[in-house]
Amino acid sequence: MPRLSAAIRHRIGFKLNGKPVSVEAEPRLLATDALRHGLGATGTHVGCEHGVCGACTILIDGAPARACLTLAVQLEGREVTTVEGLAPAPDRLSVLQAAFRRHHALQCGFCTAGILISLEAFLREQPKPSEQELREVVGGHLCRCTGYTPIIAAALEAAALLRRQPQVLAAESIDV
Amino acid sequence: MKAEVISWTGQSVERVEDAALLTGRGRFIDDLGTRPGTLHAAILRSPHAHADILSIETGAAAVLPGVVAIVTGRDLAKLTTPMVAGLKVAAENWPMAVERVRYVGEPIAIAVAQSRYLAEDALDAIEVAYRPLKAVVDPVTSMGEGAPVLHEKAGANLVSDRRFRYGEPEAAFAAARTVSVSIAYPRNTGSPMETFGVIADYDPHEDVYDILANFQGPFSIHTVLARALKVPGNRLRLRMPPESGGSFGVKQGVAPYAVLIGVAARIAGRPVKWIEDRLEHLGAAVAATNRVTTLKAAVSAEGRISALDWDQIEDCGAYPRAPEPATLYRMHGNMTGAYDIRHVAMRNRVVLTNKAPTGLVRGFGGPQVYFALERLMQRIAVELQLDPLDVIRRNLVPAGAFPYRTATGALYDSGNYQAAVEQAVAGRLAALEKRRDEARAAGKRYGIGFAAAVEPSVSNMGYITTVLTAEERRKAGPKNGAQATATVSIDPIGSVSVHVASTPQGQGHRTVLAQVVADIFGLPHREIRVVADLDTGKDAWSIASGNYSSRFAAAVAGAAHLAATRLRDKLALIAADQLKAEPKQIGFAAGAVFAKGNPGKTIPFGRIAALCHWSPALLPDGVDQTIRETAFWTPPQLGAPSESDEINSSLCHGFIFDMAGVEVDPASGRARIDRYVTMHDCGRVLHPGMVEGQIRGGFAQALGATFYEELAYAEDGAFLTGTFADYLLPTATETPDIEILHIETPSPFTPLGAKGVGEGNCMSTPVCLANAIADALGASEINLPLTPAKLAALAAGPEQAQPSTTRATVSVARPGDRSLRGEGEARVAAAPEAIWAMLLDVDTLASIIPGCHGVQKLSDTHFKADVTLGVGPVKGRYKAEIELSDLDEPRAATLTGSVSGALGTGGGSGRVTLTPDSAGGTVIGYAYEAAVGGKVAAIGGRLLDGAAKAIIGQFFAALARRAAPSKPGFFARVFGRRA
Amino acid sequence: MKPAPFDYLRAGNLDEALAALAEYGSEARIIAGGQSLLPMLNMRLAKPLVLVDIMSMAGLDQVRREGEMIVVPAGVRQAALLRRPGLASEQPLLAAALPWLGHYQTRARGTVCGSAAHADPSAEIPLCLVALDGEIRLRSRRKRRVLKAAEFFSGMMVTEKADDELIEAVAFPAARPGAGYAFAEVARRHGDFAIVGCAVMVEAGQIHLAVAGVADKPERRSWPRLDGSALDDALNAFAWELDAREDLHASARLRRDLVRTLGRSTIEEAGRCLA
Repeated sequence: MPRLSAAIRHRIGFKLNGKPVSVEAEPRLLATDALRHGLGATGTHVGCEHGVCGACTILIDGAPARACLTLAVQLEGREVTTVEGLAPAPDRLSVLQAAFRRHHALQCGFCTAGILISLEAFLREQPKPSEQELREVVGGHLCRCTGYTPIIAAALEAAALLRRQPQVLAAESIDV
Repeated sequence: MKAEVISWTGQSVERVEDAALLTGRGRFIDDLGTRPGTLHAAILRSPHAHADILSIETGAAAVLPGVVAIVTGRDLAKLTTPMVAGLKVAAENWPMAVERVRYVGEPIAIAVAQSRYLAEDALDAIEVAYRPLKAVVDPVTSMGEGAPVLHEKAGANLVSDRRFRYGEPEAAFAAARTVSVSIAYPRNTGSPMETFGVIADYDPHEDVYDILANFQGPFSIHTVLARALKVPGNRLRLRMPPESGGSFGVKQGVAPYAVLIGVAARIAGRPVKWIEDRLEHLGAAVAATNRVTTLKAAVSAEGRISALDWDQIEDCGAYPRAPEPATLYRMHGNMTGAYDIRHVAMRNRVVLTNKAPTGLVRGFGGPQVYFALERLMQRIAVELQLDPLDVIRRNLVPAGAFPYRTATGALYDSGNYQAAVEQAVAGRLAALEKRRDEARAAGKRYGIGFAAAVEPSVSNMGYITTVLTAEERRKAGPKNGAQATATVSIDPIGSVSVHVASTPQGQGHRTVLAQVVADIFGLPHREIRVVADLDTGKDAWSIASGNYSSRFAAAVAGAAHLAATRLRDKLALIAADQLKAEPKQIGFAAGAVFAKGNPGKTIPFGRIAALCHWSPALLPDGVDQTIRETAFWTPPQLGAPSESDEINSSLCHGFIFDMAGVEVDPASGRARIDRYVTMHDCGRVLHPGMVEGQIRGGFAQALGATFYEELAYAEDGAFLTGTFADYLLPTATETPDIEILHIETPSPFTPLGAKGVGEGNCMSTPVCLANAIADALGASEINLPLTPAKLAALAAGPEQAQPSTTRATVSVARPGDRSLRGEGEARVAAAPEAIWAMLLDVDTLASIIPGCHGVQKLSDTHFKADVTLGVGPVKGRYKAEIELSDLDEPRAATLTGSVSGALGTGGGSGRVTLTPDSAGGTVIGYAYEAAVGGKVAAIGGRLLDGAAKAIIGQFFAALARRAAPSKPGFFARVFGRRA
Repeated sequence: MKPAPFDYLRAGNLDEALAALAEYGSEARIIAGGQSLLPMLNMRLAKPLVLVDIMSMAGLDQVRREGEMIVVPAGVRQAALLRRPGLASEQPLLAAALPWLGHYQTRARGTVCGSAAHADPSAEIPLCLVALDGEIRLRSRRKRRVLKAAEFFSGMMVTEKADDELIEAVAFPAARPGAGYAFAEVARRHGDFAIVGCAVMVEAGQIHLAVAGVADKPERRSWPRLDGSALDDALNAFAWELDAREDLHASARLRRDLVRTLGRSTIEEAGRCLA
């Protein structure tokens, strides 16, 4: 049985946004720290480290998880998706991200990564969400800037766009 | 020049900030790289609300792997001076405790190590010995006789007592009826999603501190920091990261940590990084002040108010930290709100208590003031049997009276309050009343509330000096103004950049500045590049710089407009020279510079813009350069306080009128917001989407303040809301959609006609909702937060009696008293004398004290023990002391115990009685009262009751087992019961 | 806020996990979904020497039927139970209660057995186990034993589980023909721990009401099919017997009131399902 000693670092391998990565971790290293400081994926933010605020939400094998309540060693062999993996290309936004921008669904942007991740997972499960369902999903996050309504509006619009043309609209270019 | 034809400004363009934030490329402080070898800090904090520090033992921590330094308050005191405060009080403002702790969460020591993990390991190994002192948390109690004094040199906890008089308030009160309200406004905070962060470095050769912090200003604090660090201002280079994860005023409070981490870096000899965690943030970052207010109005039978009498007792926590007592004085000019009231009496007292220091929080003084003022308006209507809206209407400042000078000195810039109110209620109020009537007919508790508020923005840097007497002010020299700065520069290919000292924290400053500047040059807004991360070592800034007092749109965007205009006017001179046209004919549009009325005379913008770099010899007379223009702008209307204490505390005064329909379910105590309408006049709207975002965000925070949020303390000063499980922010399921309305009366005092808008709903919404609930429940006294228990208690009648068949419940604790009480008994098959002997025997105690690792006897009745205590997985090692007193051998004794450890402290006492039963055994009875403090109280509130009960129960169960080990089953029934 | 050091064991099967528990006792903690344990580790409220991760074991992640029991092994996440096809008819109480359990994100990680082991007095899974008279299946290297929910939960986050035991599975009785079920909860915010949660099963001749959030563990009472003032009186007596907690989020009085009002409306709802 693999037993990882507290005293030393262990090499942990997993897939991050589709690419194999590895990071050195003591057993106690949180997944947030491994992702952010070990792998430079700083888009996943840390807001409370006790699993309430949702800023650090990532996907592990497609299901949402609080990265602050996950140990780096628990990522071994898993498929991890972070906010860096949502856009189809570096200079493009996903449908959901573009809807967030249109609806001013972010201000400081600190909580946004986690919310995008949760909605990404939920819209895959439920392509025709009701406003109430979306409010309950976003209810697992704290946002201090927006008052939430623009986030719900963006998610509803993104869901509608994805239903209409899931393939064509999988990405939208940034016209900068 | 004449006002520009605005094209980008006023449009809800997509924000330039968003793409990076949405794709995880934001650059918040913890996302930035650090220099190789940078160390990490963790901060040890006080578990006591008030205690003398007897010793700090750092030896064991210092030798742990990876630990580089342990910094204590004494180390700090050697290298720094206390932080300067706004009040002249003999209270030393150290950012880390030196000899005494005065609030739970106060820094005690800093561990600096190779990682945050190792630094936290070191904290666990530091041992601090305290002598606990009596604590005081209530501001009124704190002013009273016998209250423990926090700062002995100051002599008392009341550190400021100022009386003000404007007009003839006594005569007005003598001639009219008085209506009054009493309010205890609670403590809450802005709680940005990103916590504080500091990365500091120190150069011993140049004596320079280089500190990166997600500070937000005001940069008057830079002077406080430089003085504390004992360097001139030019040797404290303070830098801000490009992004900051919200602030809402709170990140002003990172300032003391700039000192702490700066000193830690100096001692460690390497750069040091510290990222605050959420427990630290909730417990010790920045709280809004809690305030006790009595407000009286002299009012006619028709509800016209002739005078107000304010009595405000402000609680600034343990240290009067700069810029406090600014929360109390920011509203000074607009203490009459939206109303035309010419006579005002005011008494302002500032009190210190054993709670975390206060500071900037969105609304900054407004929530406290308007809660009292607008509750008063509702009470006037109820007591005089008038329509509450009519009372508001009758007192509004007349539409033709602007600019309007208030009794206390503010100059309201513009407005039409009547039009705003009428536009908001038109059609909507009748519909709301219909909903109310239908709900009430169906037996529901439904009410309507209103609130009108004047939202000040662009603070006068001199308003804080109103706390001083006129004579003290003369001595100190006048302070006033609100310097805003912006720099616009043009590079050698003619592209335009903007630099500002506005330290945005999510508001989209870069987008709006691009819009404003693009309009001046006739360029697409996407071609303007805005940099907003400030470096005090290089950028233009002044004491008023920063992101507070809703000053961006009015002051900073205005300064950028001015800088761009100056540059544009010079470019126009160049173009006129090149095109052989008159300067006044020159226009800028669509990326070109042209002579109006002459289509042939057009040059690309870049050509003119770059000329100064490439061909300065071609500059016409009177044009020095067009490379960079920095505008400094301060409004002349912001003077120092007058001899008679009038102060124009803010430049701009927006207007808000809110209206709400709320239904309360009396059974669950839950309130449902049925309708919420908020009308704003924030002058010219520069970006409607962002203005809406500010209003929605402010509303959501206000919703939190109304129903969910309180930084709660027990009477003994234990802090109780250290996690997001106890300090509750509203989520998407609690936050309703609202209706937002606008009228625009542009400010004549600001370059763009804009006023601030970010804080208004934090002022108007809590009291509007409280007024609706007061209307629904017929309640007169209402204090926040309106928890289900409070609302249910207001709505409910007497409780259904306890049936005699159930056992009696012991009386409930006083409100605010969260100590743990309990009692129980154990039956033991041994005589009282045998039990008595066991209670005084070291070996027995060692075997029955739960989790005991050994007992040391200090005297016959005094023992020390080392114990591991816990419930479920929550376990910690503690030092315990147990003392027996009031001995009545072998019948009764009082047991007093205390424990302290990394998880916190606990103490309590109980009376143990030993009663012989008929079978030769003993009934051991016990009743206890205990209190828990420190980390466990702050984060495990829900656990405590159960833990205390379980641990005390375990002790007596073990005693029972030990007393009669041969008869298990007979004695082992231990009944625990809590009060 | 970072955990103290610990060793980490990724158990490949139950025997490995049980061996670790036998060796380390109270110094070892099982980690499954981690939604309750990790906050305690991060805050250093808990400092185990060893964490035993059971989520890589095969065969523990499938809900199964054993006769009338819905058996939920240790590796089943809350979201998986909620998504179980036909749950609303198989056991309507679970289908009604699970959406109240934390949030979408925490249900995706948290396990059903983990919630039982944590034994929060306000939690929905312990409440449903007590309401339905479900069972907790414990296993150590020495033995297996099965406890009724009412026996298992003994106090605030305290259970009868020994240090060398883990919860192998919990089992909920499936809906009985002729029984009605209902669930209701009042919390400060959606997803918070309940101020009061009520879970009801009504049968032809009996009412069973279990209440969470009031006492230091979920408590159940059973009565004949009372109504009118007789039911009010029974609920009032129950409310007082529970010795309600007073805390930051609610008063004891509100908790008693909710046992009376929410208890009654939940019983009535379950009765309507029956009719």
